[in-house]
Amino acid sequence: MISFKDIVAAVLTVVGVLFVALTIAAGLIWVERRLLAVWQDRYGPNRVGPLGLFQVLADTIKLLAKEDWIPPFADKPVFVIAPAIVMITVLFSFAVLPVARNIVIADLNVGLLYFLAMSSMGVYSIVLGGWASDNKYSLLGALRASAQMISYEVFMGLSLMGVVLVAGSFKLSDVVEWQNRNVWFVLPQFPGFVLFLIAGIAETRRLPFDLPEADSELVAGFHSEYSGMKFGMFFVGEYLGVTLVSALIAVLFFGGWLGPVFGLAGWARTALGIVWLLVKTFLFIGFFILLRAALPRPRFDQLMSWGWKWMLPLALANLLVTGAVVMTMSK
Amino acid sequence: MLSLLRTFWEILKHTFRRRLTVQYPEEKPYLAPRWRGRIILSRDPDGEERCVACYLCAVACPVDCISLQATEDKNGRRYPEFFRINFSRCIFCGFCEEACPTYAIQLTPDFEMGEYKRQNLVYEKEDLLISGPGKYPGYNFWRVAGVEIGGKGKGDAEREDPPTDVRSLLP
Amino acid sequence: MDWLFYIAAVVAVGATLMMLTRQNAVHALLYLIVSLLAVAVVFFVLGAPFAAALEVIIYAGAIMVLFIFVVMLLNVGPRAGELESAWLTPTVWAGPAVLAAILAGEIVYILSSPGLGIEPAAEIPPERVGLALYGPYLVAVELASMLLLGGLVGAYHLGREDRVRLETATHGVHTDVAGSDSGGDLVRAGSDRTAGAA
Repeated sequence: MISFKDIVAAVLTVVGVLFVALTIAAGLIWVERRLLAVWQDRYGPNRVGPLGLFQVLADTIKLLAKEDWIPPFADKPVFVIAPAIVMITVLFSFAVLPVARNIVIADLNVGLLYFLAMSSMGVYSIVLGGWASDNKYSLLGALRASAQMISYEVFMGLSLMGVVLVAGSFKLSDVVEWQNRNVWFVLPQFPGFVLFLIAGIAETRRLPFDLPEADSELVAGFHSEYSGMKFGMFFVGEYLGVTLVSALIAVLFFGGWLGPVFGLAGWARTALGIVWLLVKTFLFIGFFILLRAALPRPRFDQLMSWGWKWMLPLALANLLVTGAVVMTMSK
Repeated sequence: MLSLLRTFWEILKHTFRRRLTVQYPEEKPYLAPRWRGRIILSRDPDGEERCVACYLCAVACPVDCISLQATEDKNGRRYPEFFRINFSRCIFCGFCEEACPTYAIQLTPDFEMGEYKRQNLVYEKEDLLISGPGKYPGYNFWRVAGVEIGGKGKGDAEREDPPTDVRSLLP
Repeated sequence: MDWLFYIAAVVAVGATLMMLTRQNAVHALLYLIVSLLAVAVVFFVLGAPFAAALEVIIYAGAIMVLFIFVVMLLNVGPRAGELESAWLTPTVWAGPAVLAAILAGEIVYILSSPGLGIEPAAEIPPERVGLALYGPYLVAVELASMLLLGGLVGAYHLGREDRVRLETATHGVHTDVAGSDSGGDLVRAGSDRTAGAA
């Protein structure tokens, strides 16, 4: 039977993961602006509160206080649910993320597939948001988003299959335990890591793959018509996606909670594991922001041809080689 | 691929560059004396208004933000009855300063004139007039102008000869 | 876990009904997606998480996006609805309706007969799905992959840019010819007028 202690532990895990994920996502508003400023020889927001940290709060209040405008020509129900979808799917994905040994909301045995399923559901948010806005820029953004995300989803899944083959499980905690026994996956699966990173950027619609938004061509793409907290949900959803992909890279390729333990044991060791995961996650978040500061946006046909002519064959080749190696090793 | 890595490296090097931002309210940039900012009306060294209400500034203004009404005092000196600049329209082009024949209207190096109410940006003459001569100390239009005016006859101006007596035959 | 199954089943049936009755194509597709998600939950409850995940990734996540993509491009207006109701005469839907009614009756009979209810089977891990696909069903998988390859090649052939019909080939390289071909009428308006007429 489920004991009271188990229920409390489960609730604590859910609340903890939600709280940390949402805090990081909101904090990224500030982190991204400061980091971009650092790389552009500026300071960034440094006025509101210590180091400008309360900028997050100010932005949130601004978004909440803004008029929640629904254009009269929009498809109202779809327009309203679209921003919710992105939040829901990304937050659901956090359920399978193992934050430390035995601390995970739902350690599904199809964990990775569950993540892929959720990220493929996230496309609807963009596509429906763009379609419901009934605005040509939004529609163009939505069209781009659907084409881009379907294409990059294909090899996102394929790039992870190498890891799955070697670890022998879709379960994320199994993947980390394999890395604990052997070596971090970034070494044996380096091509898979690079491919997953690129696919992750495309999946979260971050620069340089932000063609669905493409401010210089499409105003703001799919969310041109959104304002107030509905826009805020797209905004936070994007940062949540960045956090999720960074955390997944850390878990899948950089050993998740693994790291030097300094002879600690018990709950202190678990806490240190969480810290290690956070450190790795933030490194990749920083890399995401660096990409934004460094790279220009490709043309859409370039994006598609990279996806199908380079990334997909590379992912398949990686899978093939990994499969061959796993087969010869197991014999 | 290598060029990508090089790009990242070059961007990362910017982490330790000098910041270009000027922390404005604490750290104010140098504004040159001829900087075109808030418009003022100056006085001549005697403390009188320099403006002779010739309307040239209002004509030169491309956004029509200056309005004034000329009048005369008992000595026959022209001066503006009211002088109004709508700074919510002003583009600080400085054409009024160039058009002014008496150096009365001048632009100053000051731009901190934000307001919460738009009406507060309409400056009247008492807001515009300063007590000094501004950028041109010592210049007094009435002292160099040839016109006769109360307290100053013909030929009394600086570098001005007395008027020729056309009725006299003396050379 | 029975109640989970029943809730998901009711949601699936309800969403499907809503999908059938919607006028707006995109709304109908949204209900279809909900229906597919409910079916995925049913799979999960019945102990097939792998099938559930694939249902979401492939059907709800990829194929439905393509459907919406196409519907968005079509820009179906209210006139399409009128056209459709004109086409949908009783003679057209009577046949399929009778057949579907027979199937529905069968399902009701199966569900009401004892001993044929749902039995939550043992959970099937992804490995067993893979072993089954590449063991006893290898030939079927290979045949399906051949079919998909054929579809892929066909799509590539259809979508291929026709090298012969490039602009320079159809319009000629000489500017005077290209000018008249590419809608140069405006420029040449009145050029047939003789000089003496003026």
